Amino acid sequence: MGLSFFSKNLPIQEGQPWALTTPADIISTVEFNHTGELLATGDKGGRVVIFQREPESKNAPHSQGEYDVYSTFQSHEPEFDYLKSLEIEEKINKIKWLPQQNAAHSLLSTNDKTIKLWKITERDKRPEGYNLKDEEGKLKDLSTVTSLQVPVLKPMDLMVEVSPRRIFANGHTYHINSISVNSDCETYMSADDLRINLWHLAITDRSFNIVDIKPANMEDLTEVITASEFHPHHCNLFVYSSSKGSLRLCDMRAAALCDKHSKLFEEPEDPSNRSFFSEIISSVSDVKFSHSGRYMLTRDYLTVKVWDLNMEARPIETYQVHDYLRSKLCSLYENDCIFDKFECAWNGSDSVIMTGAYNNFFRMFDRNTKRDVTLEASRESSKPRAVLKPRRVCVGGKRRRDDISVDSLDFTKKILHTAWHPAENIIAIAATNNLYIFQDKVNSDMH
Amino acid sequence: MLSKGLKRKREEEEEKEPLAVDAWWLDPGHAAVAQAPQAVASSSLFDLSVLKLHHSLQQSEPDLRHLVLVVNTLRRIQASMAPAAALPPVPSPPAAPSVADNLLASSDAALSASMASLLEDLSHIEGLSQAPQPLADEGPPGRSIGGAAPSLGALDLLGPATGCLLDDGLEGLFEDIDTSMYDNELWAPASEGLKPGPEDGPGKEEAPELDEAELDYLMDVLVGTQALERPPGPGR
Repeated sequence: MGLSFFSKNLPIQEGQPWALTTPADIISTVEFNHTGELLATGDKGGRVVIFQREPESKNAPHSQGEYDVYSTFQSHEPEFDYLKSLEIEEKINKIKWLPQQNAAHSLLSTNDKTIKLWKITERDKRPEGYNLKDEEGKLKDLSTVTSLQVPVLKPMDLMVEVSPRRIFANGHTYHINSISVNSDCETYMSADDLRINLWHLAITDRSFNIVDIKPANMEDLTEVITASEFHPHHCNLFVYSSSKGSLRLCDMRAAALCDKHSKLFEEPEDPSNRSFFSEIISSVSDVKFSHSGRYMLTRDYLTVKVWDLNMEARPIETYQVHDYLRSKLCSLYENDCIFDKFECAWNGSDSVIMTGAYNNFFRMFDRNTKRDVTLEASRESSKPRAVLKPRRVCVGGKRRRDDISVDSLDFTKKILHTAWHPAENIIAIAATNNLYIFQDKVNSDMH
Repeated sequence: MLSKGLKRKREEEEEKEPLAVDAWWLDPGHAAVAQAPQAVASSSLFDLSVLKLHHSLQQSEPDLRHLVLVVNTLRRIQASMAPAAALPPVPSPPAAPSVADNLLASSDAALSASMASLLEDLSHIEGLSQAPQPLADEGPPGRSIGGAAPSLGALDLLGPATGCLLDDGLEGLFEDIDTSMYDNELWAPASEGLKPGPEDGPGKEEAPELDEAELDYLMDVLVGTQALERPPGPGR
């Protein structure tokens, strides 16, 4: 496959054995910023942890480009909606970075109901030598001041300050599942089960509703919005996916309310694979535009699909993530695993796609060579600097020594959230409450 | 522990239990594991879906995606079960179906009322108007009419196989309802899945076989659930 990954196992968020895992530590989202220098994670307890990549230095060749904790802050708190007598979870559903426009970094983080804009700034100098105040900040006795001095900036230990700049509240009745920053860097959208709103980053007291699929009569509800994203280059285009497996590309120039799609991408159901669970497994859990803007990647329960924006009839590529589960759908329905929402990711050159699976496995598909690999994110199999060994799930028949049989897969260990560095072969994998960062040192350039 | 072909009880609290070792459901011989042919849905799959639906509705804020997917799946299952021709003759008296429907509807009503009122709450908050279903439902045949409360279309599916709702696994849902009514032969398993369904038009409120005490109880439940509803919004 050309990629050999070795692991950098972060000591952050050391996982305890499953039975002792604190639910609040479960990672719920992972996102690199536009340069890949920063990596943000959100968790179920409403916290955001930002990691920063250390610059490679000749002095310490072993710590080439490792990610260390840069900042930790509480983004969302649990809230209580008094009107509906409902508790609003503080779990961070999504984080999206804004393109950097000055020395500060900004990101959007959202829970089910409220989106927040956070500004992250560094302070590594502080002024010293004030005339009126002493070093502790107390006012000086003026009679002791005999001469004037100009305060100078002295270096200090780096301090990272995070402050909430905007709070975008009360825009959603239903649960927010995605946010996406527009390429115009001025607006962004947020999507819940039935509606999509467009916000201006500077305006918090109103938003524009651009998609509304709520039926007049809730009894007629048969489809919900599952994910949405702006096109990376065309600020008027966005896509949203549905629980029925369809994608709708919308053009904001066409109408104020984009209920009519410009394009509808839908694959006809395969009659030979038809079952009672066809709809559930066709529900799209994630949609991502390629970096080029020419393709879309979607994840449903068993596959990842690549769609060409110019072809609505069917995807141009389909990759089986774990087809051996197809005969187990009834059981997976029973234990609700069939409703798990996996994310997917492109590499920087759009040549490799990645997605998570069960048993702490994640899969990568090379679009050019059509080869794929299954890797595992677990402490046992990833000692630092070791090369990750490809794993295999056997379905019966010949079984090799290290194969895992389908029956021994651990369905509680699911890798739902993965992210790929925008330029290099560095990936971040969230396995419950552990974050793994893997890097390919052999082929550092994109291929 | 769990024999093949029987559905197992599902705790309300238990969300996802570790499945690593317990692999009984992966046994290819298990009725539920083998892909059920499209023509015949196992009733356990139907029961399971109904259970999931109830569980979903019981949440203070149901996951809409989960709810919609379960409802749609339930519809598919029901659609495949409806034309099933080889039904054994109904042993219970002819009045039993309508009694079952009424009682079902009344026990349903509490759930559908809570769901409907929840959705209405959401509409009211947005300022949108959404009147509840009128009691005399002009909807297409197949929709449960017997209930006094607006019913989410999905819950209509609970019409046909009423016996399943009263199985052990659902006891917890009806704790506050006097269940002495159900301890009679009408609810013998033989009547399960044999109801012709509400397609025979609007449910009849009267059931000659019921005695007065039972009717009174019915009325109490119906009135009680109506009290849960919000006043209707301005027009539809």
